[in-house]
Parts: sequence; C-alpha cells; structure tokens
Amino acid sequence: MTGPILSVRDLRVHFPVHVRGGLFGRRVPLKAVDGVSFDLTPGETLGIVGESGCGKSTLGRAVLQLIEPTAGDVIWLGQGIAGLNARAMRPRRREMQIIFQDPLASLDPRMTVGQVVGEPLRTFNPGMPREELRGRVKDMLAKVGLSPQMINRYPHEFSGGQCQRIGVARAMVLHPKLIVCDEPVSALDVSIQGQIINLLMELQAEFGMSLIFISHNLAVVRHISHRIMVLYLGRVMEIADRDTLYRAPRHPYSKALISAVPIPDPDLERAKQRIVLAGDLPSPLAPPSGCVFRTRCPLAVERCAVETPELEDAGAGQQVACHRWRE
Amino acid sequence: MMMVHLTRDSDALAGLVEVKGRSLWQDALTRLLRNRAAVASMVVLGIIAAMAILAPWLSPHPYDEIYWDRIQMPPDFANAHWFGTDGNGRDLFVRTLYGARVSLMVGILATGVSLIIGVSYGATAGFFGGRIDNVMMRFVDIMYSLPFMFFVILLMVIFGRNIWLIFIALGAVEWLTMARIVRGQTLSVKRREFIEAAHAAGVGNFTIIFRHIIPNVLGPVIVYMTLTIPQVILTESFLSFLGLGVQEPLTSWGVLISEGARVMEGAAWMLIFPAGSLAVTLFCFNFVGDGLRDALDPKDR
Ligand code: SF4
Repeated sequence: MTGPILSVRDLRVHFPVHVRGGLFGRRVPLKAVDGVSFDLTPGETLGIVGESGCGKSTLGRAVLQLIEPTAGDVIWLGQGIAGLNARAMRPRRREMQIIFQDPLASLDPRMTVGQVVGEPLRTFNPGMPREELRGRVKDMLAKVGLSPQMINRYPHEFSGGQCQRIGVARAMVLHPKLIVCDEPVSALDVSIQGQIINLLMELQAEFGMSLIFISHNLAVVRHISHRIMVLYLGRVMEIADRDTLYRAPRHPYSKALISAVPIPDPDLERAKQRIVLAGDLPSPLAPPSGCVFRTRCPLAVERCAVETPELEDAGAGQQVACHRWRE
Repeated sequence: MMMVHLTRDSDALAGLVEVKGRSLWQDALTRLLRNRAAVASMVVLGIIAAMAILAPWLSPHPYDEIYWDRIQMPPDFANAHWFGTDGNGRDLFVRTLYGARVSLMVGILATGVSLIIGVSYGATAGFFGGRIDNVMMRFVDIMYSLPFMFFVILLMVIFGRNIWLIFIALGAVEWLTMARIVRGQTLSVKRREFIEAAHAAGVGNFTIIFRHIIPNVLGPVIVYMTLTIPQVILTESFLSFLGLGVQEPLTSWGVLISEGARVMEGAAWMLIFPAGSLAVTLFCFNFVGDGLRDALDPKDR
C-alpha cells in the first residue's frame, strides 16, 4: 500500500459556548471533536458513524478547513493544512470536495445546474472558454446519470435524488482526490439511497478518489466503506476494517450500534441479541469524566470514571478505546 | 415538474436539445402578473410616469407662465386649465405634472442610492459577521440616532437649497434601513449549505457575496424598495411643506400641496389635484409592493 493522502493527528475542534450561571455566565468549550486521529489511503473509503451530535459532521468540515480546528494536525499529501488561511487553502480545494446532507439546500436556487456544476471549474480555470466549460459540465452530468440536456434547469425542478446527483457532479467535476460525504443519503428516500451509494462507488472505481463517508446509518456505511471509525461525543471509540468491525466489534458502544442493525435473514434476526443502550447522550458541554461512554456502558467499572482509555491496538488494524476490550 | 428518466448513455442524449429551465424569477413574475391589483397599479404608475415625462406636450401652457388675468381660477376647460390655476396664475395641470417629475425622480433616485449603498453595506456586514459586522452596524445605529430633519436643515444651510442635495440627504437616510434588512437576510442566507459549498469550491469571499448572497436576498430588497419609493416621495413632500424642498418656479407635489393647503377654503382644487395624484401614486406603489411580496414569498416555492 502507498502512503496516506490524508493524515489527521489529534484533531480538536472546540466551540466556545456561553452558558448561563453566575452574574455574567461563563464560556465553556463545547468539544465537538476531541483528539481524533486517522489515516486515509488513496482510493479508500473511511466510514464515520455515530449518533447525531457526536461531532462527525464537524470532523468532516474540520478536515476540509471549512471549520478551523482548535488544535491538531491535518496533513494533506505530506503538508500540514490545519489553520491555513483562505488564500493558502485555495489551491488545495481543487483536490478536496464535499457532498452535503440536504441536496436542495446545497444548491443555489438562483443558479442553473450548469452554473452550479461549473462553478468549481470556473473558479480554478478562470480563462476556460464557455463552450469547453459547458462541455465538461455536460460530461460530468452524464457521468452522474443526469441527462446533459438538463443543463439549463434550476435545482427546484429536480427531485431530491437528482439534486444529490447534481451535488455529486459538482464535487466530482474537478476530479478531486478526496470527497467528504456528509450524510449524503440520509435526506433521501430509501429507494434512492442505494442509487446514490452505488453511483459514488462507481465513480470511485473510475476515478480512484478517497471518500470520507459520514453517516448514522450503519447499513449504508457497511456497504460503501473499507474501514469504519466509530465516534462518540467527539472521541474515537473504535476504528477497524469493515468486516472486522461488523464481525467482531470490540468496543461496547460499537457492539450496541451493530446489534441494532437489522439482519436480512429472519432467523438470525430473531436469534440475535440486541444490546439496548440505557440513557441519553450526555450533554457535550459536560462530558463524563474518564471514558465518555461510561454513563451508558453496560461494562463500566470504577476505573472508567477516573482514567480516559487510550486507543489501543487490537491487532489486524483494529483500534479500540476501552479499558475492558480484552474481556 | 417533469421527471426525466435517467440514463447513463450520454451519446444518445448528446444530440438532443437543451431544455430551458424556469428560474425562480420567472415563477415570481408569473405570479405577479396574476395579481390584478398589482398589474392595475403598475399600469396606473406607468401612465403617471409617461404623463410626467410628456408634460410639455400634454398642455398648451408652460409650467412657469403667469397669466395675470387668471389668478386662482377653478378648473376652466375653455382655456385648457383642466386643474384650474394657482395663486400666481399658473396652470395647475402642468404644474402637477412637473411636480410628478420631481417627486418621482426624487423617489426613484434616492431609493436607487439607498439600494446600492444599503445592499453592498448590509451584505458585507452580514457576511463577514463578528467584529466587522459590529463596527459597521454600530455606525448605522449612530446614523439612525441623528435627527434627520436637523441633518437636512444643516445641509440646506451649508450648501443652499438644491435638488441634488435632497437626493443625497434622502438616500443617505434611507440606506440605513436597507442595510439592516439586507444584513438580516444575509445572516440567514449565509448559513445555508450552498454557501458552504461555494467555500469548499474555493470561491472567494466577495465573489460569494455578489454571486450567491445578493441574488438570494434580492426578493425582500425589491419589496422594500417599492415601499421606499413612496416613503421618499412623502418625505420630500414633507420637506417641501416645511419650505425646504425644491425652489420656485420648479415644483413638486409637496410644494403644491402646501400651497393648496393654505387656500383650502375657497380654492379647494389647488389642494385636491396634487394631493389626489400623490395619494394615487402612493397607493399604487403599495399595491405593487404587496404583489411583489406575495410573488416572491419563499413559502410558496
Ligand atoms: S472504558 Fe469502561 S466505560 Fe468506557 S467503554 Fe470501556 S468499559 Fe465502558
């Protein structure tokens, strides 16, 4: 395997939040992402799963420097890009793109499809002749399964799935090396979800870009990802290859998540044990001490409240942050 | 909405014609044209504007000619004084049309000034946010708190009475509200995902403002603009009423109304015609504004 195109090291994104209390209130950091590290190799898809509010969207945006990280490094092709200003970041944007959750909201309602998809091209090739630009946009539209003659239509004239195809076309038009997909299918009908996932996989096979695929839907993530990272309250609970994670999850949180995924086979489905997590997600403003998962963990012991578990190697590329993973 | 069957075969489609899309502006225009009150108002406004422009050809009398033998006469069709004459023996019909010229021009130009300043200022403040926004909007607050009349009188005293000064003074005040409206709209638009998409595509900040933000805040701006024009016309009339408006023999509706009000008993026509024209114009602008608001309402999309 070649070296990683992207390395994230101990990335932290903290938002100062004003809370009431006392005479003037005080500022408390909301630790949306708290010490996340991972590598991404070319052509690989990393799935990021977790409940809503676990910081997965923030993580995706921090990697792209759409949100400035508070601390930590993002190394893109060997160069640190964390905290670069907009101008220094610009040339790199050509190679890293994003697909959003809400397909319609991510398209400017006043622009035609051609303008939307052509915008990145126009930005990076200011001198490109109009005809060539339109030609490339049309090619891209055809690639994402839209008919090129739709180029003059407006986003509101398309269905949700078609809008998401337009979003994919915009992200792909510069042939980037990385696309962050932020819940790209969770706003779509189930029947459409599969089409978009397959489209992304086909494009990946053709163009070889890496994907960071963020979702709360484990079935979807399983289908597309090579490796999967499980996040909880901004911290990594477990990272493993897809098959390892689904076959032998080590972290109690991963186990609970995976046990909740329906199995197509009814016999297995009936036989399987569902682990139901007690309680709600704690407030990210006041995360539990020690292991952040301990308030809901069925295996929690005293040590978990005192000592924060580090990510430990469990062999075969699997890493787990739990004091009791061996048991 | 037409659903298109998806196909990955681009060659088969390449030969087909491009389908024209319907932009949101076209949709809004269709809705506006369906609104009878708004369309009628636009027609009336068009007629008033055309009459104001064509004033010298619509009446045999020049606007500043004094007929010593026909002072303050009621409408008199024999001499083509359709609205009568004023206290100086000038034809009121022509003067009302000339007044329309000044009033409409003040309304449109001052609104135009306020539009250009207000939109760029408000969009910039709202887009950058934070400290820039704070400083820019505090400046607007300070401008707001200055007593407007005092400001205008001061300008008049320093530079003398001048129609351009009125434009500037009115525009300088009206842009404040425009800037606030645009800033508020910008704050909500900039949180939408397509702005983030533009950032992710490496589009520069000012390009984002002009390419993405402003077209998307234009709806409320246009509505507010149609409501600003009558407001400016009213303010100008008010200034003229106080004797701070345009100078004789030029006139505006405000000047005519103020003269008419003085002789209300006995020469009611001198008040009724200019005041009626003003009222009709204001009504029409408000109907058009209402129609636009309905047509551009995002809830209908
Ligand atoms: S460290 Fe303790 S609380 Fe955290 S997951 Fe492991 S057993 Fe549960």
